[in-house]
Amino acid sequence: MRIACPFCGDRDLSEFTCFGEAGCPRPLPDREDAAARFLEAVYLRDNPAGVHRELWYHASGCRSWLEVTRDTRTHEIRAVRFASEAREA
Amino acid sequence: MRYSLWRILREACSGHRRWEPAWRDASPKSGYEVIVVGGGGHGLATAYYLAKVHGVREVAVLEKGGIGLGNAGRNTTIIRSNYLLPGNNPFYELSMRLWEGLERDLNYNVMVSQRGVLNLFHSDAQRDAYVRRGNAMHLHGVDAELLDREAVRRMLPFLEFENARFPIQGGLLQRRGGTARHDAVVWGYARAASGLGVDIVQNCEVTGLIREGGRIVGVRSSRGDIRAGKVAVAVAGHSSRVAALAGLRLPIESHVLQAFVSEAVKPLIPCVVTFGAGHFYVSQSDKGGLVFGGDLDGYNSYAQRGNLPMVEEVCASGMALMPMIGRLRLLRSWGGVMDMSMDGSPIIDRTPLEGLYLNAGWCYGGFKATPASGYCFAHLLAREESHEVARAFRLDRFATGHLLDEKGQGPHPNLH
Repeated sequence: MRIACPFCGDRDLSEFTCFGEAGCPRPLPDREDAAARFLEAVYLRDNPAGVHRELWYHASGCRSWLEVTRDTRTHEIRAVRFASEAREA
Repeated sequence: MRYSLWRILREACSGHRRWEPAWRDASPKSGYEVIVVGGGGHGLATAYYLAKVHGVREVAVLEKGGIGLGNAGRNTTIIRSNYLLPGNNPFYELSMRLWEGLERDLNYNVMVSQRGVLNLFHSDAQRDAYVRRGNAMHLHGVDAELLDREAVRRMLPFLEFENARFPIQGGLLQRRGGTARHDAVVWGYARAASGLGVDIVQNCEVTGLIREGGRIVGVRSSRGDIRAGKVAVAVAGHSSRVAALAGLRLPIESHVLQAFVSEAVKPLIPCVVTFGAGHFYVSQSDKGGLVFGGDLDGYNSYAQRGNLPMVEEVCASGMALMPMIGRLRLLRSWGGVMDMSMDGSPIIDRTPLEGLYLNAGWCYGGFKATPASGYCFAHLLAREESHEVARAFRLDRFATGHLLDEKGQGPHPNLH
């Protein structure tokens, strides 16, 4: 598996660390339903067999956080962008 | 048909032409008391103990492919009960005791070999951690021995003791641990369950769950609708997918774990040995191949195959532990899909949906747990209460905070 880092280019898997499913933002702790939201954000996952949006850290490269869209059945990478772009989108 | 020496002699008289299939390949009936989804070791063991211990004979095991072709056939066959936490240890010790009597119980040779499991330590801190673990094991009546460097050297003289970075200081040995023949475990449970009237249905993929008034009353499958009083899911690796059929999200990620076997060599490694400074575990199969593995690849995967960086890391760890294996060639490597739970411990519990029961989250420790997992899941299904050694394996522990994090890694499944 190789990941095309938007900053460094096409790099080997060994340079990256996976942080798991993207789109699990930390809830605000002072909300009334904070406990239920923390359970979802910290523990519960869709874990699909198919297209999966996930966070990767380019540890041995530019140290960017990336959002990678990847098929968990084939490891085929569909798209890579900076996690900051994903957050703004 | 009971297997015995007498039986072999009798069959020999007819040229071994009258042996019957070990188990019955059944077609699904329209309904059962219990449907077990998943024909791996855990599912078949659940069906067996339901029939044997609890007298529940109207049981079907539904398997989407052939039995034992998932993780039951993809592990490194290690059995042990050297756990630290009070929520885990008695469960794995029950499993160990079931392993010790399994062949007599099933009338099937599952090749349990109590050759010992030795966990090496390489620093003072690691020694302290293993002393603590050994003490915890003693408190639960489990055998554990702390070996110093010289005792390890007498046992395994070929290890790299002079490694300047990770010198071997000793090890924690569980002599009752060892290995078992993984396929035989599947076949043995299948044969014993089938003999008690359990229907084993292959090529039957569950595609949906039948709900009536908020209750699960059966499954939709590739071989038609099948009704059941209770539906028990034991599909580790794919638990999230089956749970999604019921609209549930689980605290589980599916990850790929690779395993390896080398070409066969003469008897070399007498026990199971693990490297404490990396993640590497190895034993030698009866055919002579070194069977070994290491860490997860670290990303979600249902692909049953991994990538090369982990192959390199596992082999490098092996070389650091026993440099002599550098000249061995790899015969095969393969990947399995692990049900990685958020705290590294399993789930055997009811679900929020009445009639649906879950056995999941085995991470990469599912093989050794096979007998106790089936035993405790059957107990839950038949008696509607958790078995006393499996009470901590609750689904709601992630909400209540009663986690079972053996390794202390936090909610990062790829690090457990």
